[in-house]
Amino acid sequence: MEMQMRRAIASLMNVGPVERGISLATGLALLAYTISRRPRLGLPLGLEAGYMIYRGATGHCVFYQMLGINRTEVNGHEGIRVERAVTVNRPKEELYQMWRNVENLPRFMQHLESVEVDETDRGRSHWVAKAPLGKKVEWDSEVIEERENELLIWKSLPGSLVESMGRIEFIDAPAGRGTIVRVSMEYNPPAGSLGAAFAKLLGEEPALQIKNDLRHFKQIMEAGEIPTVDGQPSGRGEPTKKVTLRAKPRQDVVEQASEDSFPASDPPGWISERGIR
Amino acid sequence: MKAVCWNGIVNVGVEDVPEPRLLNPRDAIIRVTSTAICGSDLHLYNGYVPAMKPGDILGHEFMGEIMEVGRQVTKLKPGDRVVVPFPIACGHCFFCERGLWSLCDNSNPNASLAEAMFGHSPSGIFGYSHLMGGYAGGQAEFVRVPFADVGPFKIENGFRDEQVLFLTDIFPTGYMAAEQAGIQPGDTVAVWGCGPVGQFVIQSAWMFNPARVIAIDRFPERLAMAHTHGRAEVINYEGVDVVETLKQMTGGMGPDVCIDAVGMEAHKTGLEGVYDFAKQTVRIESDRPYVLRECIQACRKGGTISLAGVYGGVIDTVPMGAAFNKGLTFKMGQVHVHRYLPTLFEKIEKGEIDPSFVVTHVMPLREAPLAYELFKKKLDGCIKVMLKPE
Repeated sequence: MEMQMRRAIASLMNVGPVERGISLATGLALLAYTISRRPRLGLPLGLEAGYMIYRGATGHCVFYQMLGINRTEVNGHEGIRVERAVTVNRPKEELYQMWRNVENLPRFMQHLESVEVDETDRGRSHWVAKAPLGKKVEWDSEVIEERENELLIWKSLPGSLVESMGRIEFIDAPAGRGTIVRVSMEYNPPAGSLGAAFAKLLGEEPALQIKNDLRHFKQIMEAGEIPTVDGQPSGRGEPTKKVTLRAKPRQDVVEQASEDSFPASDPPGWISERGIR
Repeated sequence: MKAVCWNGIVNVGVEDVPEPRLLNPRDAIIRVTSTAICGSDLHLYNGYVPAMKPGDILGHEFMGEIMEVGRQVTKLKPGDRVVVPFPIACGHCFFCERGLWSLCDNSNPNASLAEAMFGHSPSGIFGYSHLMGGYAGGQAEFVRVPFADVGPFKIENGFRDEQVLFLTDIFPTGYMAAEQAGIQPGDTVAVWGCGPVGQFVIQSAWMFNPARVIAIDRFPERLAMAHTHGRAEVINYEGVDVVETLKQMTGGMGPDVCIDAVGMEAHKTGLEGVYDFAKQTVRIESDRPYVLRECIQACRKGGTISLAGVYGGVIDTVPMGAAFNKGLTFKMGQVHVHRYLPTLFEKIEKGEIDPSFVVTHVMPLREAPLAYELFKKKLDGCIKVMLKPE
């Protein structure tokens, strides 16, 4: 019973240890201030103090939870870890080749602008990603482990602005049902977790991104293209109009579709003439 | 070009919109020669399907002539005359390979939205809300068709549009409802709803040699069509207890197969009708399940219930205990049009059926707003409307 309770609490933890300490200290200080000075805003301050103490003591932050942020430790450092699996109805050799030639990745990884392989060291590559607010982030990465048609692990080189590590595994699905592709990614975005919170608000949250990237990967491998409605006509005026956070459709809508129902930022689904390299 | 746009609840308009263009290598552009309003378009019209945006082009029953093809389309060329299945299917995923075309894994660009609602995403559908991909529909002069080598079916002989148009949806929908119910020779089949889909359910049910087909509705012209053209016994549900009537008609056994050709906007008189209408109006319940309830109560023990009418969300007060304790089998889903198209076209070619019997109104596309009203309110004997772009 106690074990279960502990596990339940542990699963709610999403605040890192340093931050927990700060929360607890701030909460206690606020509480002391509220009790000793009895300021005019005593009630809200008292509530805030109580919340900070709770957050520090339990490591659970309601707001982080709402934003899907988890800042507890991952393998000894603060960061984001995402895991995702998808089944693709193609042989694993084909899927492995697509990933091994990292220059293919921007075709289905929406946030990547380009990946270039180092001509002198084929295991190394230069990655350019789109960052929030139209900025770019670049880093170098190298393959640190590979088993042909089965496994790839890559890691950013020391000193990279974005510290990242990725692992992708290709497993035969039972009874000839294609390949189960299992991806896990760990990274520290530029401005630490604040960057991730910001990215999440902009709809570029990592878990969602990996999910969509893997879906696009599957679509390219199975259907040869990424389905899209971006650029089709409608009675809303010009086609290819991007849906932005501010775009408000007219009033008489049954129920608004969520923003991610209109992946207006999807790249066009064309496959390059070169095909899979 | 002119296109029928959803501008809000019970508000469609014929608008000037840009012409579609090829967006992907497997696309084709089709000039629409005929299109139809489907009963399920009324669910959109009446605002019961979420994720519609004003300006969305409606229509998933359409046929026409190929104008342009993407560079990976090999089986079609400009000038070909085609009917287009309403579900969009890639042809290569787990589901397509097994003939489950309406469950295609790769054709819904908004799959994550559908996954949030259904757990998994079904295929994309033309003109059927952003939940189903947000594809522009075919109630327009031109339409873009993705995966054109997989869906469109060539019609080469000289059939008129109204004879083959319904291969896009309602004929296969009716056929699958009958086929998946596993009708055995000697069975009694009861069909709720004598709209266009119900009429094709009745026609298709006879193809499996049942002893009797009983049709249920309340509109005289629809019951008449079911009786004369469909050779069905009919029940007007107004003022009678349908479940009891079916039991009496079948000597107490109940129909072996019950087919719901109505779906989420069923109509019911009396208290039960008020109850669900109220809940649906305040969105506590998204679908009104009277027909489903009646099917469960009426069905013979160990019988099969097959759903052709569309359900979109949640329902309640479904007598699950009755379904379980009577050992019923449920079959349902959007039809895998691609699977049935060749077989059903062959039946038309052989003269076994002429689907044009269901058409009561042929109107120009520009009169779509009137057509929607006629069809919704079942005015002027309206059973099925065909729209013709000029």
